[in-house]
Amino acid sequence: MTTLSVPSAVASRVSPLTSLKNTATLAWRSLVSIKHNPFEIIDLSIQPLMFLLLFTYTLGGAIAGSTDKYLAFALPGILVQNTIFATMNIALLLNNDLTKGVFDRLRSLPISRWSPLAGRILADTVKQAWSVALLLGFGMILGFRVQTSFWGVLGTFGLMLVFCLCIAWVAVLVGVVASAEDKVQIFMFSFMFPLTFTSNIFAPTSSMPGWLQSWVKINPVTILADAVRAMLNGGDVATPVLQSLGWAAAILVIFAPLAVWRFKRRV
Amino acid sequence: MTNAIVAEGLVKHYGETKALDGVDLAVRTGSVLGVLGPNGAGKTTLVRILATLLRPDAGRAVVGGFDVVRQAHSVRGQIGLTGQYASVDESLTGVENLLMIGRLLGLSRKDAKARARELLANFSLSDAADRAAKTYSGGMRRRLDLAASLVGRPRLLYLDEPTTGLDPRARLEMWDIVRNLVADGVTVLLTTQYLEEADQLADEIVVVDHGKVIASGTPAELKSRTGAQTLAVRPVDPAELEIVAKVVADVVRTTPEIADSVVTAQVTDPAALPAVVRRLDDAEVAVAELTLRTSTLDEVFLSLTGHRTEQEGVPA
Repeated sequence: MTTLSVPSAVASRVSPLTSLKNTATLAWRSLVSIKHNPFEIIDLSIQPLMFLLLFTYTLGGAIAGSTDKYLAFALPGILVQNTIFATMNIALLLNNDLTKGVFDRLRSLPISRWSPLAGRILADTVKQAWSVALLLGFGMILGFRVQTSFWGVLGTFGLMLVFCLCIAWVAVLVGVVASAEDKVQIFMFSFMFPLTFTSNIFAPTSSMPGWLQSWVKINPVTILADAVRAMLNGGDVATPVLQSLGWAAAILVIFAPLAVWRFKRRV
Repeated sequence: MTNAIVAEGLVKHYGETKALDGVDLAVRTGSVLGVLGPNGAGKTTLVRILATLLRPDAGRAVVGGFDVVRQAHSVRGQIGLTGQYASVDESLTGVENLLMIGRLLGLSRKDAKARARELLANFSLSDAADRAAKTYSGGMRRRLDLAASLVGRPRLLYLDEPTTGLDPRARLEMWDIVRNLVADGVTVLLTTQYLEEADQLADEIVVVDHGKVIASGTPAELKSRTGAQTLAVRPVDPAELEIVAKVVADVVRTTPEIADSVVTAQVTDPAALPAVVRRLDDAEVAVAELTLRTSTLDEVFLSLTGHRTEQEGVPA
């Protein structure tokens, strides 16, 4: 009888625990690379603070009468805008992995099939949490005060991260479909700028023309900003939070299967 | 004698293009197989199928006793892949890249670190260990790529054009590294565009063109079939090209090529050169250039297929 010499270290498939470990290792890789990539530090930290300072001190007086009042209105909106802008990182880094051959190396290893993608998304979630904390902390230095409670802050983090995890799939799709980095940037900008500016994050909806108002009111950016305002400043929480979760679910249901389908086709 | 890799009738289409059109090959355990062919011949597609990155449309392949489609995960546990398309993360340092792979392969943090340092030392990268890979030179990048594929001590190594784009010194260093791996018992499948590289490293060579194996054998066998070297003669007076061609034809007993005022012919017998010199001297032909050099891939192709290699998209 012949015996096949099978290396004993190689199991025939990956256990769930190993998949999680693989994902954690690949998330670590995305985070540790930040220190060699100064642009990412700027993206993650300086850009959100810059937006906060610029909008608060240039527009605050004109829109809300005082910078303090404006901060209460704009900080939740800037949190949302920053989250959406930051998803571009996922698209860029994923695209880079695909075009530079890093994904091929990873896929030739005996690791979980989904951990490269999951690792990217997990790392992005950590980065997003950092940006939210940074903006909140810096906002407080500028005079922002949480009017609700600790639970409002926790709820803000929770809702923002759930939304991130869902909208990340749009970025995954763009990163997978685009043939090169510059195409990712063109595509993401042409989607992110109109989406975030046609909302009430910087100016109240009532100041806009009627035809625009009907879109602004249903824009997920408006709704998410309203939910965060309610959780931090007080007011009706349930409606905007449920609507935000509805939007997040809709985005997930549409974009996750599309992204997975294109991902499988590409790799 | 066992085979580490066996492929039968591999076919892969990309739309209308047939990247692979029924490839058979076998690699003996512990040997080096050189897959030689021009750009677009299907070499990378072949490697990607054998590395489980791509599913063949037809045919099958067994690597280390496992089917590349049905037992892909077990295949991945035995192979290392280095090449044009399997790369390191440029934004990580050398040590971080290897540490990541060690961790993915299930080593403890301590063991993964030790393995990373060991490999970096072996490949003369210790000084650059803590620098981001994007700052590395081309040769260093390839060495790090190769180190990354060796973290798990694979028994089987795929090298997809490991020296394309490297300067001659870096190429020689890469060859030494490959020879050392082979001495350790690693089975290697190497793709290359360079006849010399296949000749230097491979125990056996398969020549592929348009997705098909057009010749195979040991380097010596291929040389005896194709002519290992090329004789080139340029007369001072282009009017004497015909005389030169006749002299060369008489000595090497094949029809030489005449192009750009140079007569070239494939030769296998080293005595051909002095014979040609004598006969040209007798015929009183003044010669501006007379060389005997290693055949280029193009010349091997010409003698194997009767057509020259074609650049992608540009008819020859």
